Amino acid sequence: MAAVESSTISALEAAAAEAEETRSRNARRRWLKSLRGNRPAILSGIVLLTIVLLAVFAPWVAPHDPRFIDPSIRLQSPTSEHRFGTDDFGRDVLSRVIYGTRASLPIGIGVTILAAVIGSALGLISGYYNRLDSPIMRVMDGLMSFPSILLAIAIVAARGQSSQNVFVALTVVYVPIVARLVRGTTLVLRRQQYVESARSVGLRDHVILFRYIFMNSLSPLIVQCTFVIAFAIISEASLSFLGAGVPPETPSWGNMMRDGQKFIQSAWWMAMCPGIALFVTVLSLNLLGDGLRDALDPRARER
Amino acid sequence: MATYILQRVILLIPVMLVVGIVVFMLVHLVPGNPAAVLVGENATAEQIDAAKEKMGLNDPLPVQFFRWFGDAIRLDFGDSYFSNQSVTTTLSQRKEPTIFLTAYALIIEVMIGVPAGVIAAVKRNSIIDRTLMIISISGAAIPTFFMGILLILIFAVRLKWVPSGGFVSISEDPARHFKMMVLPAFTLGFASAGLLARLVRSSMLDVLNEDYVRTAMAKGLRFRTVVNKHALRNALIPAITVIGFSIGGLLGGAVVTETVFTIPGMGRLVVGSIARRDYPVIQGAIMLIASIYVLVNLFVDILYAYIDPRIRYGGG
Repeated sequence: MAAVESSTISALEAAAAEAEETRSRNARRRWLKSLRGNRPAILSGIVLLTIVLLAVFAPWVAPHDPRFIDPSIRLQSPTSEHRFGTDDFGRDVLSRVIYGTRASLPIGIGVTILAAVIGSALGLISGYYNRLDSPIMRVMDGLMSFPSILLAIAIVAARGQSSQNVFVALTVVYVPIVARLVRGTTLVLRRQQYVESARSVGLRDHVILFRYIFMNSLSPLIVQCTFVIAFAIISEASLSFLGAGVPPETPSWGNMMRDGQKFIQSAWWMAMCPGIALFVTVLSLNLLGDGLRDALDPRARER
Repeated sequence: MATYILQRVILLIPVMLVVGIVVFMLVHLVPGNPAAVLVGENATAEQIDAAKEKMGLNDPLPVQFFRWFGDAIRLDFGDSYFSNQSVTTTLSQRKEPTIFLTAYALIIEVMIGVPAGVIAAVKRNSIIDRTLMIISISGAAIPTFFMGILLILIFAVRLKWVPSGGFVSISEDPARHFKMMVLPAFTLGFASAGLLARLVRSSMLDVLNEDYVRTAMAKGLRFRTVVNKHALRNALIPAITVIGFSIGGLLGGAVVTETVFTIPGMGRLVVGSIARRDYPVIQGAIMLIASIYVLVNLFVDILYAYIDPRIRYGGG
């Protein structure tokens, strides 16, 4: 009996896997093609790749030490030696903008990964088990009742100003967004025939949840994650700008703009350069997200 | 309708409880304990103990919570650590600039977002449409504080048309009031306007494809009349939700905008209170803003159900 059952299961799995593979191969070909036709998305991808490389190779790319103080060249406007000028301590703004990627990107990407993992788990459980749905979602609703920047400020205010606490605060802010999305797809997917078949042959819940439901809600999740990275990067910069983010001595775009605003009358480059870097990064992420959404879900494409 | 409203209101209770628990727990997340913060760094162990007893910190956590929550729903958040004034008084002194800023931003959002969306939809795929959508996408990518700094640089530092910050009450000097609020309101409203424009555009396009619009055109009405009389009204229904939700974003954005433009509102109070570790003020302001947000969303949901009866019967 047990042997029959397990062979049925393996046959079913094999068939499902094969169908899945063909389907996903076709799907992949289709969306790659669609993405390739989307020039803004491709360009954004290239810009983002460059920014990631800048972050990784910052010590080799940056022309100066971002922390090197030289009072004799305070607040110098852009020259060939300091292309983005210098700040109120005579530090090279270009080098600090380059090093700023090392504050923004890890927080943006790290927060998104953690929020995606926790949010997906909560969303799957909430969508699959009726009894747990309401308690989990009410907590998520509660967390979403705060304007996100305020909730993050509150958590950092309580825990103290450090990169780690910014990380925790922003994760708390973005978990509900992911949870809500994954719950939505779970609610739809769990009524699909293949999930019911999987359940009827006795596959265990965690297998069904992960292999059949989670794997099929990946595309909307990936699209959403692109936007969450953008939100998280803006939020980190906003927190730093407000003085509730990464420690003030860290070269981060938000911190630089906080200092820059004090010198807006005399040294516009101090605030503008990191601001433009932030804008380009966020814009690229949004355009890439739009492109991915159009490619992965042709129905959502804007007319 | 009454059942629907009742359902919505009941759903509010657990949400407000969660909001309350989160805000309450903030103080208990503080490293060390709040009593030590209150009496200062050089206090003796006895002083800390006395403060702890006085603040009720020796009671079980749930007891403390319900005592705090019971006071909070009557808008009593205790006294500020910093000024010895009640938090409620402090908040009410700071509410005016925030209310005006949010209201103006909302007006700007609607005044830019709706026409831009309608024009983009009507002139679909034209240069105007493309330009508007590029502006909208870029607007969403400019962080509020960068937008603020940019506007200050152009209109306050270079052109000297308006002051770079501050606040004057409208009753005191209306002309100066508007002059000071125009940049902050635009800063705050612009990003939301972009989102609203994109939504209005897509819902307008949906409506323009409907049969009744085609019928109206077929019977010979002018395109302009069809858009204004038939399409716009229906296209704006989904916009109501977005406008409602954006109020939360505007209230959050006000915190940042007030800091950029040195406006003495509730947001700047929160930011200032972080440095002073004035937790009751932070708690009170956040609790108040979250409650406003929840109530606005409730109102929007009900309004939406009133306008579009399908919602009421759709089980959603």
